[in-house]
Amino acid sequence: MTTTTRLSPMEMDAIASRHPELLQSSASKRLRAAAITGGVVAYLVFSWWFFSIGQVLGNANWGIAGTYLADWVSYEVRPEIHVAPDRTMSLTYQRNSPLGRNPNPDWVELDRETVTRQVDIPASTTQTAKPKASSSFSFMTPGSALGGGAMAEAESRVETRTEEVLTRVAVTYDRSTRIEIADGLVKATHGGDTLVMAVDGADTVTPQGVLPAWATQKRPGEKIVLAFGATGWAEVEGDEVSVRNRFFGWANFLFDTNSPFFGKSYGEVASLIVSGERIDPTRSNLSLAWNNILYNAEWQHLDVWTKLLQTVVMAFVGTLFASLIAFPLCFLAARNITPSFLTNQLVKRFFDFLRSVDMFIWALFFTRAFGPGPLAGISAIFFTDTGTLGKLYSEALENIDDKQREGVKSVGAAPLAVQRFGVLPQVLPVFASQALYFWESNTRSATIIGAVGAGGIGLKLWEAMRTNSDWENVAYMVFLILLVVFIFDSISNACRSRLMGRRAH
Amino acid sequence: MATSMLPRHLSDNGALVERHWQELNSRRRLYSWLGFGVLFLALSGSLWFANGSNAGKFFDRLPHFFDFVGDLAPRDGMEIFRAMFDLPSPYDDGSFKYNYPEGRLYLTENFYIPEYVHKMLETVNIAIFSTVIGTALGFVLCFLAARNLMPNPWIRGAVRRIMEILRAFPEVVIAGFFLAILSLGPIPAIAAVSIHTIGALGKLFYEVVENADMKPDEGLRAAGGNWIERVWFGMVPQVLPNFTSYFLLRLEINVRASTIIGAVGGGGIGELLRLSIGQGHQAKTLAIVILLFATIFAVDQFSAWLRRRLVGEQAFQLAQ
Repeated sequence: MTTTTRLSPMEMDAIASRHPELLQSSASKRLRAAAITGGVVAYLVFSWWFFSIGQVLGNANWGIAGTYLADWVSYEVRPEIHVAPDRTMSLTYQRNSPLGRNPNPDWVELDRETVTRQVDIPASTTQTAKPKASSSFSFMTPGSALGGGAMAEAESRVETRTEEVLTRVAVTYDRSTRIEIADGLVKATHGGDTLVMAVDGADTVTPQGVLPAWATQKRPGEKIVLAFGATGWAEVEGDEVSVRNRFFGWANFLFDTNSPFFGKSYGEVASLIVSGERIDPTRSNLSLAWNNILYNAEWQHLDVWTKLLQTVVMAFVGTLFASLIAFPLCFLAARNITPSFLTNQLVKRFFDFLRSVDMFIWALFFTRAFGPGPLAGISAIFFTDTGTLGKLYSEALENIDDKQREGVKSVGAAPLAVQRFGVLPQVLPVFASQALYFWESNTRSATIIGAVGAGGIGLKLWEAMRTNSDWENVAYMVFLILLVVFIFDSISNACRSRLMGRRAH
Repeated sequence: MATSMLPRHLSDNGALVERHWQELNSRRRLYSWLGFGVLFLALSGSLWFANGSNAGKFFDRLPHFFDFVGDLAPRDGMEIFRAMFDLPSPYDDGSFKYNYPEGRLYLTENFYIPEYVHKMLETVNIAIFSTVIGTALGFVLCFLAARNLMPNPWIRGAVRRIMEILRAFPEVVIAGFFLAILSLGPIPAIAAVSIHTIGALGKLFYEVVENADMKPDEGLRAAGGNWIERVWFGMVPQVLPNFTSYFLLRLEINVRASTIIGAVGGGGIGELLRLSIGQGHQAKTLAIVILLFATIFAVDQFSAWLRRRLVGEQAFQLAQ
């Protein structure tokens, strides 16, 4: 017979006060928790000092980080307005402007005038063409007549010319942001504030009135930087206004500026392809368009896709070969299949060796052997994963249920048949599932060994990042990689859960 | 039962069963052959493609397969030892090949840390530091992603997607991005490795949390504990051993990862190895490879031993 003993709260407290050690964790336990926390904190402080993290983060150029991030999904168009001392202006665009060779965007309004005037030409520029002379609005249009060698001796000279100049330029960023330049005055409007700056055509900028929050000038007379947030920015100097107008999206994703399809709407391109006259008489418009897309100079679609395919192939072939070689070897390494201790240890240490040398070191060696390319990557993945899969496979073999094996053995089957019918059915799903898992994980690691030269998209990514100006290409490749990884992730997960039943992964 | 007693001809039902079995068998065989065929085609196509886009062709370069052994043969055995511990070499001709003593890091007047040991320690420290950071953030996120603790599907789904992206985002890009903002140094590598670790560990962690026993949690909820108290007193004590085990497993992986990231500009031993292989400095290469091999082997063994003590054999399930 059981009786329930109930203690009143008073009695509970009484017991608790008599044996305080029962309700408190022991001193060593509390001390251990404190020691671990203290150790971790001390380690973090040490690492902060060791890597001088505070200093590096303090010196970092965070402003440029924002620009680089914005470059992932947007692009800048950069008209530069040069202001001459007589307050006339000319306009050039950056080289390789996303707007093509003769940009005439509707957000830039121009007033033109033809004037006859005297131009000062310094001696140095008479010999070599001015680097900025790429626009149709340049002073130094290729057609302007210049004397030959005789002029080179003159220090500088004055020439009378009749030409077209700009008298007013208005750049509209968005509804509330606008820059207007006329008569040596730059008028910038942003978010309801207006700033007027006087430029002298040489080297001095004078703001008229107080600078709003979005404008900065380090010293009087020096350049003024106007930051308009996500829509762009501008730099006002004494003789130049540099406009940076930012647009969301990837510029010229399909056709680059050299393509005959550049600047046409989808409808126009479609009608050209379907029923237009042949642009290139040797082939159809469809094949021309496809060719132009593949060989787009800026996005290099074909190259990116080929490199991505290389990465996928590296992971696939490397893992497949690794599992094919690890398969027979793991039987030698499992101590319940091969009873020889020496063989077990030998094969297991061999697996450890392959694994510990690491994919990266193998990649460097095989890049030497095969030259840069996917063969090096395949070999690196193959060597490392033979070790890893061999280890996992032999562990799976050592954990099998012996009853099936004994059953097959007891009816007098040959040793090979014992393995085939007693062992294999148990481990094959595990083997396949692990091979699939590594296929998927190697797709990720193949990207990174590619960056050291072992083929695939890694190197291309790395090169695109090195230039610091192709972040949109980086974003494109990252997007494709994420897409491929997610697709393989779900394929491999689906296969694995079918192989292993719902619970596995 | 003697075979002669069996009926020679099957009844209709028997024949039907036999035919079904034969059909099933032949279909299975067909699928197997089809599967093998597809695999074979994919493999040969892949190989052909890989061979075609490689700089050197497979069969031309196959005799050079073991050339790297030549990259690892120094002039004499003692050279490895000298390269590893920055001792002057008798072959020193002023070139970079034999300038072992140059990278010494003097702690006191006479006592120095050899260059490679120093860089190796830096790489290992990058791995430990980023594993600690990744574990801390993964720890915070995993409770928000576990079905049993976060009933709101939107928060749970959002946290899981974030983890997936962190996991799949190429580490090279993170390292390269931080390399562009910060200067050369270990911080890009730390950022890349820890961001990946958050995603990878977060996933493993929330799976552990979802498999945890909910009784302590129910007790705490009955006693009126809020969400943080439920997590801290009901969940953390039972998942901590598993979390620690995954932390150690991740540490093994991260030592390798930080070596690779080092080679693409993150500092540490990886960069030195890439340079010395590229320039054909045998003794240096071999010294670094031995050092790296020993370190990775030691970290693996240590972590395996510790994990076995913490959670027993079940710690050796597949995880990455």
